[in-house]
Amino acid sequence: MTDGTMTAAQLGFYGCLICHRVTECTTGDITARCSRCGALLHRRKPNSISRTWALLLTGYMLYIPANVLPVMHTGSLFTSQSDTIMSGIVYLWTSGSWYLAGIVFIASIFVPAAKLAILTFLVISVQRRSTWGRLDRTKMYRVVEFIGRWSMLDIFVVTILVALVRLQSLATISVGLGAVAFGTVVVLTMFASMQFDPRLIWDLQAEERSLQGNNDGHS
Amino acid sequence: MDISDLIACHDCDCLQRRVPLPLGGAARCSRCDALLYRSCRGGTQKTLAYTVAALFLFLIANIYPIAGIEVQGNRQVASLYDAVSLLWEEGHPEVAVLVGLTTMITPIIQIGLVLFLLVPLHFNHLIQGVVPVLRILETVRPWSMMEVFFLGVLVSLFKLEQLARVEMGIALWAFAAMIPLLVAGAMTFEPDEIWEQVSSLS
Ligand SMILES: [Zn+2]
Ligand SMILES: [Zn+2]
Repeated sequence: MTDGTMTAAQLGFYGCLICHRVTECTTGDITARCSRCGALLHRRKPNSISRTWALLLTGYMLYIPANVLPVMHTGSLFTSQSDTIMSGIVYLWTSGSWYLAGIVFIASIFVPAAKLAILTFLVISVQRRSTWGRLDRTKMYRVVEFIGRWSMLDIFVVTILVALVRLQSLATISVGLGAVAFGTVVVLTMFASMQFDPRLIWDLQAEERSLQGNNDGHS
Repeated sequence: MDISDLIACHDCDCLQRRVPLPLGGAARCSRCDALLYRSCRGGTQKTLAYTVAALFLFLIANIYPIAGIEVQGNRQVASLYDAVSLLWEEGHPEVAVLVGLTTMITPIIQIGLVLFLLVPLHFNHLIQGVVPVLRILETVRPWSMMEVFFLGVLVSLFKLEQLARVEMGIALWAFAAMIPLLVAGAMTFEPDEIWEQVSSLS
């Protein structure tokens, strides 16, 4: 115990994720309840790794149609046009709105890709019982939780465009299948980051320490 | 050692002793730097004030149009409800539900439940159902996306500006004013404080 840290789980305590009360637990995972708020307690989120994997893999599969299929169809009397997320960004860029193009690129292309990549890396590192950069990986997880919501941006943009351009002689705009796939990717990655339990990143250290502690006690 | 003096970090499970905080202070995990709890005198009073103001702005934001465009003398305005119902009619109910949940339903659930908790506490009444209410608040929190929606409206108006005359609606200003209030409400809302008040009343 070099830095004196112990985890709640090592000492048989469960921390409540709802009210933050610590409860001593001897009965095991299924019946444990918080002594203050009555919430079901788990040592770690149940099946965290396999659930996160399932959501991530579905997210990867839908990431392709989300970027290839059009998110928006624009039609006027003479022309019709379909826009993917990327072509919408290119349009903003070539029309001189560089800031806007940058914002939409970060929110719609970079953030979803970064989320999938970081969560995949975190899950694999936990499965491989990696000891590398625990603090850094915890911070990466917090970044994922923080930025995830911003990839909804393009869905909202299409929503407002559709609502304002209806019934105009100018043009008609409708939602494309790409937007449905894209929205699903956002929702899936949000669920994936909720299912992942960051405490798993630190667990191996706790096990090693308690083993060392036992050995020291015997010698 | 009293068990109620302990706190387990939600990000790394490190067990630590609670310490009294100076006003406005925050306790962070010694191992992973996660925010554990905060201290804020009159925190619930402030949250209550911010939330009541946010409720008024939320109503305005949902009644009035967000924006309008004008092309060749035709004027078209749309409220948030118009936008969501149009998605539904157009044959994209899943997108309509996603937009409706993140911009209308989740925010009003948050505002409503915070008022349901804090108004009785303000008058020192013990209320039933604190546990499910705090649990629902914790569950819906990630799905409230007002600030993302606001940015989305701005981006779409910039896009339309090339084609038509664009005007910003009253609801857009209400959104702009509501977002900092919701952030301030969330910053001062400390469930720990509510738990303490509830246990001191019971
Ligand atoms: Zn609890
Ligand atoms: Zn921690």
